[in-house]
Formats: sequence, C-alpha cells, structure tokens
Amino acid sequence: MSDGFKGMDIVSIRDFSRDQIEHVLDVAEKMLPIAKGEEKSKLLDGKILGSLFYEPSTRTRLSFDAAMTRLGGSTLGFDEPKGSSVAKGETLADTIRMVDAYCDVIVLRHPQEGAARMSAHFADKPILNAGDGAGQHPTQTMLDLFTIRKSKGKIDGNHVVIVGDLKYGRTVHSLSEALAMFGAELTFVAPPSLQMPKEHLKHIQSLGTKPKISSNLEDVIKDADVLYVTRIQKERFPDPAEYQKVAGAFRIDLPMLKDVKKGMVIMHPLPRVTEISPEVDKTEHAKYFEQAFNGVPVRMALLSMVLGAVE
Amino acid sequence: MKEFKVTPIRNGTVIDHIQVGMALKVLRIIGVKEDVSSTVSVLMHVPSKKGGWKDIVKIEDRELDPKELDKVALISPDATINIIRDYNVAEKFVVEVPKSVLGIMKCSNPGCITNKSEPVEPEFVVESKKPLTLKCVYCDRITTEISENLI
Repeated sequence: MSDGFKGMDIVSIRDFSRDQIEHVLDVAEKMLPIAKGEEKSKLLDGKILGSLFYEPSTRTRLSFDAAMTRLGGSTLGFDEPKGSSVAKGETLADTIRMVDAYCDVIVLRHPQEGAARMSAHFADKPILNAGDGAGQHPTQTMLDLFTIRKSKGKIDGNHVVIVGDLKYGRTVHSLSEALAMFGAELTFVAPPSLQMPKEHLKHIQSLGTKPKISSNLEDVIKDADVLYVTRIQKERFPDPAEYQKVAGAFRIDLPMLKDVKKGMVIMHPLPRVTEISPEVDKTEHAKYFEQAFNGVPVRMALLSMVLGAVE
Repeated sequence: MKEFKVTPIRNGTVIDHIQVGMALKVLRIIGVKEDVSSTVSVLMHVPSKKGGWKDIVKIEDRELDPKELDKVALISPDATINIIRDYNVAEKFVVEVPKSVLGIMKCSNPGCITNKSEPVEPEFVVESKKPLTLKCVYCDRITTEISENLI
C-alpha cells in the first residue's frame, strides 16, 4: 500500500510497511532538484509548519525549515521552550492544541518518550515526530534508508555494520528495525556494556533477520557494504580511562579502511566527536554530509505527502 | 474441626482461585479500603481442589463491574468471579485478560509522557497473556511487572 499519507501522523517507523517507506523514498528522489535549489516550487504555498523543539537540534530543525521553505511554505515555532508558554508550566497537550489551530502540520521534538503519539491524539493536523527522548525518530530513519538506497542502488542484500552506542542510541534502534524489514544483513559492533538491548534484538529477529554481534570492528569491517557509526557518549562511562579505551577501539581512520570493500559507504547521524577521523572525509567512503543533506528531500517528501500535495 | 472457617455470604462477590499471595493486592486494586461499609473476608493460602494453594476474597453487598474485573485479571488471570444473590451463585465466570488496558496502571518507563503532568490516561496493549506482557501505546515500553505499576 503506498497511498493514504494525507493527514497521516509520522510517529514511529513501526507504523510503516516496506512499500510505504519505498514510496516515501521515491517521492524524496523527485524532490532532489528542489532540495538543491535547482528548481523552484510552490507546492506548499501558504502552508504553515509549526516547529516545536523542546530539545536542542541543529540538523533536524534546520532541514525541516529548509524543506518547508523550498516548497513555498513557512515555519513558526520555537527552538527552546524557554520564553514560551511552556516555561510557564503549560502542558504539552495544551501547547499542541493551540499550535494545531495556527498551523497545517506540526513537527515535534520532545524529551519524553511517547510525546509524539500523545500529541497526535490531541491534534487534528498531522504530527511529525522529530525524536521523543530515547524513543523514535522516524524521519532520521527514512533519510538513512534514502542514503543507503542512493549510494548502493538498493537496501536489501547489503551488509550493514552498525557500530557505537547501540544501547542508548535511538537512531540505531529504529534504523536496525527498518533494515531488518528490508532484508539487509546486520552486524552490531559495540563494547558489551553498550550492545543492542535484548528487547530490540528480539524484535529484529522476529522480522526474519539474525544479526551478528561483535565487539571487534576490525574483524567485521572488511565485510561491510555500509558502516553506520554512532557517537559513544562519555557520560555513559563512570571511569574516564574506560571511555578512552572504548572510544579508541571504535575510531575510524585511514589504516582502518585499508581492506574494506570498494564502494563501502560510511554513514553517521552527526554530530561526530572523535569516532571518525577528519582524514576520512575526503575518501569515497564518506557519505555522512550527503546523509545530512538528504534530510531535506526526505522531509520535503513527508511534508508534501501528509499535507496531500503529493500522493 | 469446622469445615468452613468463613461463612457463606448472602449477597455480594466471591473472588476465588486468586493466585496465592495476591489477595491483598486484589482488595487494593478494586478499591476496598478501611472505610468499606460491608463485611470483607480474606482467605489466604487455602488448599485448592485444582492442586496447590490459592487465595479467596469475599465482599458482601457489592457486585464488581467489568472495569474492576479487568484489574483482577491483570494480577490473577485464573481467578473466578461468583456473584452471590440470596446465598445462591447467580453468575460465575473466569476473569478475562482484556485486549487493552486503559487507566488502571502506569507505565514502568519513568521517561514516558504518561508519567508527566499531561491530561492522558496510560494505555497498554496486551502483547502476550502467558506470561502477561503489556506494551505502552505511547512509548512502546514492554512490561511484565503488572502489580507494581497498578494505579
């Protein structure tokens, strides 16, 4: 099924079938010339995006803003709750009902898990989840899938190695579920204390994929078609020496890429700290800045689809 | 030795085959407190004809409504309900685990939006009946710790 997006809330990647995701990626592909500024569009002329960011965000917020503006629409909202009625103690439910009356579509980032699902109950207009705590971030997942498909020609059949903080990273939970649905081969590389939670592993296996688990990147990097790197957060380690050891073991630099497959792509949701050395940026493998740009066409596709401007 | 330690009731509800040790929790979740106006009998660690041990609760002059029954099923899925009218069993049924659970337990995830001051009732879908496993509709957190999270 690839229709029925008009009025739809984009809350969790679990709400989408493979066909629906493929359709979003197809529409995003057509949006590329507009996203790059090569073509002008009035597709969402007069439409307003309510942009409510209760937590800091750079890429997600700016790319939603860029997507709406490129399509001829406009954005209003806040990028921190300070100074808004939220600081006076207004509930999220009340804020959503108010913004629902001012806008045609709402994008929400909130520290509490389930915030987007709850907001969808209170709003008549479509809600796009831009991250709810440690929960879901479906538009990030879609732009990750878009980047893989664009770089490798397809998603299924690729061996995707995901490395970094797999325990707390919300990006890798949604992405690995989606990749499993597409039939990609998965390997999870992390120190044992930051491995993929059992609950997620179980869910991924129920989708028909048996992920491999490893704590040594060097053992598996040569088999990767896609290397998806995430940040290991210092604050997860009580002992700074232990953090240094782990961070060093998962750092991608030129010697690490010596025996990798030709055409292997490296992705990262950004911001990066030390996990990818800047010297890697110039290699053919580095796709993370293109990945960040892909947030624009994918979000353009979603905005125009939920607003009914594109089927 | 007397066969019955607690006498039959005239009108009310008998909750039988409660999982042993759960009787006091059953009373708590159906809202029976010190200010109750009728007699309440609690039998704990009673031999069960089905083998093993069970608890029993008898509440006089009160018939449980379905929302209350859902709560009993969550902590004791094999419990049976006997509605007593004039010393006779007027209705008898086994409690049923509902498909969804609304407003009777909180989400075990402290970061879930339903645990903040928002005007929303916690809601769960039943993922599996044995062992009883619930998933939060809002944050997707899976929980098997039912009695600890009852409101």
